[in-house]
Amino acid sequence: MKRMFLPVMILLALVGPALAQSEPQPEAEQAAPQYNESIQIGLSTDRITITTDFSGTDLTIFGALNDVDPQIARQNRYDVVVVLEGPARPVVVRRKDRVLGMWINTQSETFVNVPISYSVSTTRALQDMAQPSTYGRLSLGSAYMYLQPKDRDDDPQTIEEFTAALRERKQMTGLYSELIGGVQFLSPNLFRATLELAPNVPIGTHRARAFLFKNGLFIRETSAQLAIQKSGVEQSIFQAAHEYSLFYGIFAVALAIITGWLGRMIFNRD
Amino acid sequence: MNIYLPIAEMSVNGLVVLIMGAAVGFLSGLFGVGGGFLITPLLIFYNIPPAIAVATGANQVIASSMSGALAHFKRRTLDFKLGFVLLLGGIAGSSLGIVVFAWLRALGQLDLFISLLYVVFLGAVGGLMLVESVNTLRKSRGGAVSLKRAGQHHWIHKLPLKMRFRTSKLFVSVIPVLALGAGIGFLAAIMGVGGGFIMVPALIYLLKVPTNVVVGTSLFQIIFTAAFTTIVHAATNQTVDVVLAFLLMIGGVAGAQYGAKAGQKLRGEQLRLLLALMVVSVALRLAFDLFVQPDNLYSLGPLGEF
Repeated sequence: MKRMFLPVMILLALVGPALAQSEPQPEAEQAAPQYNESIQIGLSTDRITITTDFSGTDLTIFGALNDVDPQIARQNRYDVVVVLEGPARPVVVRRKDRVLGMWINTQSETFVNVPISYSVSTTRALQDMAQPSTYGRLSLGSAYMYLQPKDRDDDPQTIEEFTAALRERKQMTGLYSELIGGVQFLSPNLFRATLELAPNVPIGTHRARAFLFKNGLFIRETSAQLAIQKSGVEQSIFQAAHEYSLFYGIFAVALAIITGWLGRMIFNRD
Repeated sequence: MNIYLPIAEMSVNGLVVLIMGAAVGFLSGLFGVGGGFLITPLLIFYNIPPAIAVATGANQVIASSMSGALAHFKRRTLDFKLGFVLLLGGIAGSSLGIVVFAWLRALGQLDLFISLLYVVFLGAVGGLMLVESVNTLRKSRGGAVSLKRAGQHHWIHKLPLKMRFRTSKLFVSVIPVLALGAGIGFLAAIMGVGGGFIMVPALIYLLKVPTNVVVGTSLFQIIFTAAFTTIVHAATNQTVDVVLAFLLMIGGVAGAQYGAKAGQKLRGEQLRLLLALMVVSVALRLAFDLFVQPDNLYSLGPLGEF
């Protein structure tokens, strides 16, 4: 169990209020016109390497809020949600039914653009922060995220059933996770988010997204990219298997023949 | 000792895999089979995706067959000509098997088909061997019996295109030899096995090949069928995990030598009885999974590409 922390420091001093004011937000203006909050996150590295002994890890992201209302900050009414979203792939959800006494895959539903992994870290439980409709609109949180069926004309009930099964399977395998209280304010402006990366976290380009809520209203979002890749040898093997698959196969066979032959030589006691 | 498998994209305990390979190697040395029919289900029980278990199992089979075939080559109990004809059929069957494999995978029925094939073939072969070895053990108390009833003619011997196989002292049509090779090649591609556990009884009972030549010839043929299967699986499905295969091979070749030693201390009928019991129990275990309601009815899979 090797835990890897990726401390990320943000240089607060460099982030001027002038920068934040360049993008006014209508919702924010209604609530508190004199404050123009913005959120920023930074990663100390733009890539994580999965080594041979990888068994999951914690990822720490630091972030900062600018131009916050000190009164609201004091009352802890700013909430932050940080998400690490894995690359998206189409997914087929299949259901087993009993056919002739055997459990066989029968019905299926295909979803497009499903993030392989989705790790959420929040200041409070999502349901305590804002209305479900807000999350629905933002497609935020594993329970609210919009999962698009390939065939939209399918029976809505079926789609609902398979969508629920998809969320449930992803949560069971640890690919979709939620860490309540994973985001902590270190000062009114500075926060630290801890995200859980499952041992089976997919490789590829992940997107770290941070959402700022004020009094249960969504204010602003920011994002950063993070590449998760296999370490040298694993990556080379994976690449070889996909890009030079024929040679890879021949290599696998040669390896087996040599191992078998050497095994015979070493252990031969006839 | 955690090891990350680059193709299966998961961490496994390397020691468990080594021991798994060694245990199967021991048994394959003991019984003179490749051990693929044990490795693939074991990997599936260990949560390796079936598609990867099958292709990697085929890769592992090459190493153990190579080891075994070398020993038989030394003892001159290997019929190259028969092996070559079986191989021709094997390549054809294997090619078809891989197409079917990719198709079933896209359809979401691959796991079912693999389990069904295992249940049917292991159940049938294991059951027959069980009956046969129990009978032999019983009769052997009265006196020795030979498996081969000399002089008896089979419908197989009436087919055209006859060919002479000197080492096996056989004069038989190439049609059943090619068909047998093709059938086993097909199964090898889908089940990730070398097919030794079907090939050995088929050569003995159907083609009447002398028992001492059977194992060597079957192993020789399996090297090539499994090699072909591995290469095609690697090229079309990218499901060969070379790290996993290598761990299994190391355990396997080491275990096989001790198995072969242990085998010399047991009698033939006893060995066959043990093998039959093992084959039947693997079949029962897989059948159990097929007929008992799974914990979760839903499964996720990648989108298949035709």
